[in-house]
Amino acid sequence: MTVATDAPVPFPRRRAKRWARRVAFWLSVLVIVSPAVLVFLWMLSLSLKNEIDNLTYPPIFIPAPPTFDNFLQVFEQNAIGRYLWNSIVVSGGATLVALLIGVPAGFGIARVGAQRLTVLILIARMTPALSYLIPLFAVFQLLRLNNTLTAMVITHLVITVPIVVYVMAGYFETLPKELEEAVLIDGGSVWSTFRYVALPLARPGIVVGTILAFIFSWNNFVFGAVLAGRETRTLPVAVYNVLTFEQLAWGPLAAAAIVVTLPVLLLTIIIQKEIVVGLTHGGVKGG
Amino acid sequence: MSTTAIPPVRGARFLARRRRSYYAFIAPALVVVGAVIVFPWLFTLWMSAFDWTIGSAAHFVGFGNYAQLATNRRFLESILHTFYFTALAVAVPLVLGTAAAMIFHREFPLRGVLRGVFVMPMMATPVAVALVWTMMFHPQQGVLNYLLSLVGLPPSLWVYSPTLVIPSLVLVEVWHWTPLVMLIVLGGLAALPTEPYESARLDGASEWQLFRFITLPLVAPFLVVAAVIRTIDALKTFDTIYVITGGGPGTASETINLYLYLQAFAFYNIGTASAVVVVFFVIVLALALLLLHVRERTKWS
Repeated sequence: MTVATDAPVPFPRRRAKRWARRVAFWLSVLVIVSPAVLVFLWMLSLSLKNEIDNLTYPPIFIPAPPTFDNFLQVFEQNAIGRYLWNSIVVSGGATLVALLIGVPAGFGIARVGAQRLTVLILIARMTPALSYLIPLFAVFQLLRLNNTLTAMVITHLVITVPIVVYVMAGYFETLPKELEEAVLIDGGSVWSTFRYVALPLARPGIVVGTILAFIFSWNNFVFGAVLAGRETRTLPVAVYNVLTFEQLAWGPLAAAAIVVTLPVLLLTIIIQKEIVVGLTHGGVKGG
Repeated sequence: MSTTAIPPVRGARFLARRRRSYYAFIAPALVVVGAVIVFPWLFTLWMSAFDWTIGSAAHFVGFGNYAQLATNRRFLESILHTFYFTALAVAVPLVLGTAAAMIFHREFPLRGVLRGVFVMPMMATPVAVALVWTMMFHPQQGVLNYLLSLVGLPPSLWVYSPTLVIPSLVLVEVWHWTPLVMLIVLGGLAALPTEPYESARLDGASEWQLFRFITLPLVAPFLVVAAVIRTIDALKTFDTIYVITGGGPGTASETINLYLYLQAFAFYNIGTASAVVVVFFVIVLALALLLLHVRERTKWS
């Protein structure tokens, strides 16, 4: 900003200075945004080129002509379609169960002021995800549940339940309590205040909780890597296997990576702002 | 409270009953959390006192597993690798994230769209991110070495070099998580008062002075929050390291988490692995508490 008390500068020089500033600012914008753009574009470029083009040096950036063979290949040879379905079942199932028990729990926590319970969630956030796997692995072994989608859904509850409870407890707290109290005074049950007053108002919170729980569950790799068998792999595990079995098949690898991450990026666009809350407090994530 | 209209005795009973019915809402979630989260904690703590390999009988060894870990060179090295990785993977995103937040705090055309693009890496599936970086790191055909050659630098071995592997992995981590720091700091900037800036400007302060002496102290609490979260996540990083290097070359990038994975799911040493988990958790907790302590102090000043 030019300050009013500046010594009088000849008009054109001042304008040049303002221009230089503007250019510098846009350059810095370019610098910080380009890594994100370039990596995703490179991923797209790899997935749309044939293997010869992918392995030439210097690299070819623009596929000419683009080919969809890589995508066809991962769906046909690597059966990505089946693993996509597994992921939908596991993440969808775990998110659904989390909503069924987590939305009422969030309501209860917000109304009795049992915020101490959310400390549990914070500790869960700090615990390495692998540590949940060892005991669950042993128990599933005992129950002969290893290699089943049921075991996968149960394990993914470790991720989805804390997020939904946390998001919902926070959301219900922001809702006005007067209406609910009026219902209670008139002799209504707590259940009816939940069902007919709080729940309909909580829809935005539920949307955020659902999407966050689904994304974190979807992105999870370790649980599937350890617990799932050949038939029950989730998508990230299947995509990783494309790497191990076809060391240098870059096109299919990039295509598989796009298949797994595209749904998440689309969901992200819907709830851009609320994501921070989920990532900072939302429960178990990553390793 | 609207309950003032009700006679006191009935009111108290009424409230107690109401409270109980709220707990009924919490109960199912508590049962599930107990089963999939609290039970594993207790089981791990218990198992860390046993020598147990899956398929054989378990026998009690007390603190034996811990004693063994304390002298296990590979485990101790994995702790060092973890700290090295974490220090870089916290510091770099904090600096870059703050810089990015300063930029996105301004008003400019297309800000919303560009912010959306900037934030995208954060949500991308870690395995997919790791795969793309694996290809970019490739010493012969990787695009990173091509970019280096464009600016006249010699090619690098990236993750294939024992000395460069951790900084290279940090690069992925920085790409992946700087947006989170940016968003947290941006939240802090949005809450800043405008008066100190106006008076400082009138006193002729430069942009850098404004940042250094007004903005930075005011957003410090947010930086600490970002540091705590980043520390927890960096310590726990698994997917990217496992996919890109698997702990290699040799054990050069083997972090505690990778070591834990090997003990548990390659060697099935459940006792040892459980002890690793306990040590690991203590480290995470200690660092988080340390940073929160720093936060209390920044609040005072």
